Amino acid sequence: MGLLSKKDTRLILDPLADDNPITIQVLGICSALAITAQLKPSIVMAVSVIFVLGLGNVVISLMRNIIPSKIRIIVQLIVVATLVIIVDQVLKAFAYELSKELSVFIGLIITNCIIMGRFEAFALGNGPWKSFLDGVGNALGYGVILIIVGFFRELLGSGTLFGFKVLGDSVEKTGLYAIGYENNGFMVLPPMALIVVGIIIWVQRSRNSALIEEN
Amino acid sequence: MLEHIELFFKSIFVDNMVFAYFLGMCSYLAVSKKVSTAVGLGAAVIFVLTVTVPLNWFLDQYILQPGALAWLDGNRETPELSAYADYDLSFLSFILFIATIATMVQLVEIIVEKFSPSLYNSLGIFLPLIAVNCAILGGSLFMQSREIETAALALNYGFSSGIGWFLAIVAIAAIREKIRYSNVPPPLRGLGITFIITGLMAIGFMSFGGMLTGGEDAPTTPQGQSTQTNTLPAIENEIETTPLVVSE
Repeated sequence: MGLLSKKDTRLILDPLADDNPITIQVLGICSALAITAQLKPSIVMAVSVIFVLGLGNVVISLMRNIIPSKIRIIVQLIVVATLVIIVDQVLKAFAYELSKELSVFIGLIITNCIIMGRFEAFALGNGPWKSFLDGVGNALGYGVILIIVGFFRELLGSGTLFGFKVLGDSVEKTGLYAIGYENNGFMVLPPMALIVVGIIIWVQRSRNSALIEEN
Repeated sequence: MLEHIELFFKSIFVDNMVFAYFLGMCSYLAVSKKVSTAVGLGAAVIFVLTVTVPLNWFLDQYILQPGALAWLDGNRETPELSAYADYDLSFLSFILFIATIATMVQLVEIIVEKFSPSLYNSLGIFLPLIAVNCAILGGSLFMQSREIETAALALNYGFSSGIGWFLAIVAIAAIREKIRYSNVPPPLRGLGITFIITGLMAIGFMSFGGMLTGGEDAPTTPQGQSTQTNTLPAIENEIETTPLVVSE
């Protein structure tokens, strides 16, 4: 299992750009916008989703032949809810401040459309190893967008990255602030997340014209 | 009474589920191409929220909260004496809430199919998808984290959050119908321009932020940073991340 086959690598790489869950499949938008005001919660959320989606895909894939079709949504919800409870408890135990910041959005991973979407589209019809790769790939694609948005919002909005003041100190006017640069306070407010994602979509579709929607 | 009115208007305008917290964005973006389907989905969301938030409130009060199980051995008035005083089942919130929501949505589906088959057909897959709409679970989770006190307030909160979401999706559907005839740059067509328009609408809704507080509090973002402007939703006060905020 050292070298992944070509098809397997595509399972991981495709969602990073051409089949990105957020910008192309339009899934998982809610948490992508709400918690990206800083880089740290974005990374924690991305890691949580990788965990939940990877493991969830494997579990559903292992059970796929014995889940009755009529109750499959309920079974999927229970699997996801259990994994999210684990993530929530781990965060509360090891990163309490962060879990308070993320508040209800960890719970909202349960309703993250990417997870249910991948269960339905992939895990229910494929084996465990491929499902794991697909889950990790899609979660990575989601994570990439989260990190890009979080990066720009924190950098332009508060001049810090991960809490470290990278552009100088705004109070003492060192670094960039000495020449009159001011933080764009608007960037940490919710609406800018929408506009940043809109711009990411613009850039992505300009580079790959196959993705442009017909009117 | 005043509490109810305040909660009603706050949940529709200041804490709008779409514009302040981005809940329910997936179906918001997917179903907003025509006003008629947007109205149908919005109405379904109002109904599901109005039913599930109070139901989950009862679950939270009598099963999930720390010491909530005191009614089991008759110690409802004096929960400290109960053998169940130490039981804290709040970690089960996610599973119990999502179970009630899934059940209620199944019920709504059956009702809609019976009474309005045309609406059922036009909504298609999005009706069962309401079960995983973050707005519904978000409504229950916010009800829990803000410790809403009575069942009547929970009902009010569910109903008014639903109206807020309805307002948002109908507005964006109306706008999207109009801009189909505008000259949008091709890479922005469809999804991109919808994001930017929603962002602009969210900025517009921020103007309601001073509506109920008179602009006196200095609100902060969920991450605890203070903003230079006073126009953030005042509900941020209740998230206990920062000691800077003056809470009511």
